[in-house]
Amino acid sequence: MNSIIVRDDGFHEDELSEAVFTSLETLKTGVEVPVYLHLENDEDPACLPLYFCWLRLIRIPFPDFADGRGFSLASAIRRLGYQGCLRARGHLIADQYRQARQSGFDEVEIGKGLAARQPERQWLVQLANNPGSYQDRLFGKRPVPAAPKSGHLRPELSPSSAGMPTV
Amino acid sequence: MYNYSEFDETFVRARVAEFRGQVERRISGALTEEEFKPLRLKNGLYLQLHAYMLRVAIPYGTLNSRQMRQLAMIADRWDKGYGHFTTRQNVQFNWPGLGDVPDILDALADVSMHAIQTSGNCIRNVTADHFAGAASDECEDPRPTAELLRQWSTDHPEFQYLPRKFKIAVTGSRADRAVTRAHDIGLRLITSEEEETGYQVLVGGGLGRTPMIAKIIRPFLPRQHLLPYIEAILRVYNLSGRRDNKYKARIKILVHETGLDELRSRIEAEFERRLADFAGVDQGVVAAIEEAFAAPAFVARPNNRHLDRLDADSNYREWVRTSLARHKRPDYGIVTVSLKRVGGTPGDATSVQMTALADLAEKYSHDELRVSHEQNIILPHVSRADIPAVYDGLRAAGLASANVGLISDIIACPGMDYCALATARSIPVAQDIARRFDELGLEKEIGPMKIKISGCINACGHHHVGHIGILGLDRAGVENYQITLGGDATDKAAIGRRAGPGFSAEALLPALERLVDRYLVERQDGSESFIDCYRRVGEAPFKSALYPGATQRRTRFRRRKRA
Amino acid sequence: MPRKFTPKIITSNHLLRGDTIYLSPSGKWVDRFRQARVFTDETEATQALAAIDRQRNIHVGAYLADASVSKDGVPQPAHFREQFRDTGPSNYFHGKQAEV
Repeated sequence: MNSIIVRDDGFHEDELSEAVFTSLETLKTGVEVPVYLHLENDEDPACLPLYFCWLRLIRIPFPDFADGRGFSLASAIRRLGYQGCLRARGHLIADQYRQARQSGFDEVEIGKGLAARQPERQWLVQLANNPGSYQDRLFGKRPVPAAPKSGHLRPELSPSSAGMPTV
Repeated sequence: MYNYSEFDETFVRARVAEFRGQVERRISGALTEEEFKPLRLKNGLYLQLHAYMLRVAIPYGTLNSRQMRQLAMIADRWDKGYGHFTTRQNVQFNWPGLGDVPDILDALADVSMHAIQTSGNCIRNVTADHFAGAASDECEDPRPTAELLRQWSTDHPEFQYLPRKFKIAVTGSRADRAVTRAHDIGLRLITSEEEETGYQVLVGGGLGRTPMIAKIIRPFLPRQHLLPYIEAILRVYNLSGRRDNKYKARIKILVHETGLDELRSRIEAEFERRLADFAGVDQGVVAAIEEAFAAPAFVARPNNRHLDRLDADSNYREWVRTSLARHKRPDYGIVTVSLKRVGGTPGDATSVQMTALADLAEKYSHDELRVSHEQNIILPHVSRADIPAVYDGLRAAGLASANVGLISDIIACPGMDYCALATARSIPVAQDIARRFDELGLEKEIGPMKIKISGCINACGHHHVGHIGILGLDRAGVENYQITLGGDATDKAAIGRRAGPGFSAEALLPALERLVDRYLVERQDGSESFIDCYRRVGEAPFKSALYPGATQRRTRFRRRKRA
Repeated sequence: MPRKFTPKIITSNHLLRGDTIYLSPSGKWVDRFRQARVFTDETEATQALAAIDRQRNIHVGAYLADASVSKDGVPQPAHFREQFRDTGPSNYFHGKQAEV
């Protein structure tokens, strides 16, 4: 267990530490069961709506906290209509938690070393001190779904023919 | 003038509190320097050669007397009694201690100011025409657009960690005083054939290592689509801009490598997607911004005193000739206050001078001041009846140099006297040039001339767009200066061409003298400006003036060949 | 051929004050270049630099700078950048030059 999951209610152990993640390439060849998707931060999410009903979670890596592609990617995926769980993984610092949430992420996966250096309260204070955003003020608050609190299997995720990819 | 709404106030105070916490966490070790650096940069804090430097935002270069007085207070209380006005219409303090910065930011918030996004790889302080709302050639005041962009870009969650910095400039005039074509995005307010006001959108301009002039990506963008379109540009840039090499990370390189047409179609596609869930910008916010920039209550008064003084006082006449620009009202004028006293540091003002400027603005300029990208201060709305009083006030404060637009009105970055990135000094070069041409008494004779000096390839001193550009480099441990010729920052924007090998600090001034002498010989009827003359005769005579020996050698060689 | 190692000193900026500091022979941070410890051995210099890297909450961005050493062993900046860092800006009498 090397990761900590940060959510709005604090630190959690990673329930998905044993889970197998599928790449976008594999996803495009067709899937038959719900999967966890690992999307690289230079991959195009445009085709994802076809597979939304098969996705239990989408994970986007942050190779370095100064690489902000993941924020735009999360925002783009939300605009495509994805309502499931979005996870940021890698080097994000506590000071980026609010940006991560506002861009559409539900949770952040960080290493234990970083979690020790920047403990839970440094992450949670980001939301407590949130004065609201200029963007919400200009555009009206966007309906970003709240993070699922327990596990990632949502009831509507049972495979259905709708959106079934043709293999 | 825009004053903070309750939301702005709450936001900026929360941001100060957040930064106070970040400073504490840096000192405690919770944040490494690597992690702290982008956070402090987003709050305008650099670590320079001798000390920290705080860059304070003056959004679109507009401020009132109360704000200017507070800058003077900060200079006295936490710095060394002066401030440096920059080419991005900001002000910099060169000597704050890390622990004092949160207090300085609170003092700024007291007067509706901040230092947010004045550095870092994010959308920087939006700049605008420094004559906005006053210029006679304006189609519309660009500041409501700039303020809307300030709000939209502030702490935008998606665009805080871009590949590189991102600069936007707006102008509403035909004459481009905002250098829109040297920005990542340049916006020009225009009126369509259907009499609708909107924007011409330029993208991919920038100076630095690879100078480029911006290209038109959208000839006409309806006003209401501004934010979705800008957002589309930023999203495409954030996802596809290069991150492997910081010198290739600006959007100009993406434009260059992807091609304008391909990039345009990507942006348009993203724009279409964005429009799908765009319900317009909150009209209450827009109306409040528009209202804030309503024209002041101008008063018609007789201008006899101004006319009498013009007749009687040749110094006044000279100052008026260089410093007064045409206002949209014939009975008003726009006064440019030179921060380029001969022998001084370009762009610097003492706290006493800042206070004097605040007093003059309050009394004679409807409480408004501007900072120009040329590092001067503007009093935008002065009744012609008050111009003599303004002149006397400026003289008393040592601010009445009659050199705006002339050879000593030099743009210079701080260079290696302060900047950690610099490769050579800029300030002493500017001082030497100003002193020398003052001694020669040639300044007036030479006429309009833009000299711009950068102390490194990052080009903060805009040397690429100077009529004469000077770039300071380190050649084997010695300061060395390259000259570029023919640059232009206006609507005829052009990148200057390198004249040849660089000059040592000692050889630079004589070279410039030869250059100017040649211009005085080459120009037509004694009135042709340097840049017009250069455009007409080309670079050859100027190069031969700069490198007399080299030309002789080449000529001899050519003769031999012909023979 | 590896380059011959020329004399170096260790310099940095103070985290709180931001001003230039130098590592002295006694291992303390001092204010002026001339008070700095001179390294003539490359391994020793890089080891010392690695060791002070642990004091990250005191200083920011330590590095090795070239020094020219006088006959009596006093180091002087070899490059003009270090000269300016050690004295201050040329347009005002501020910085180290003003601190006596």
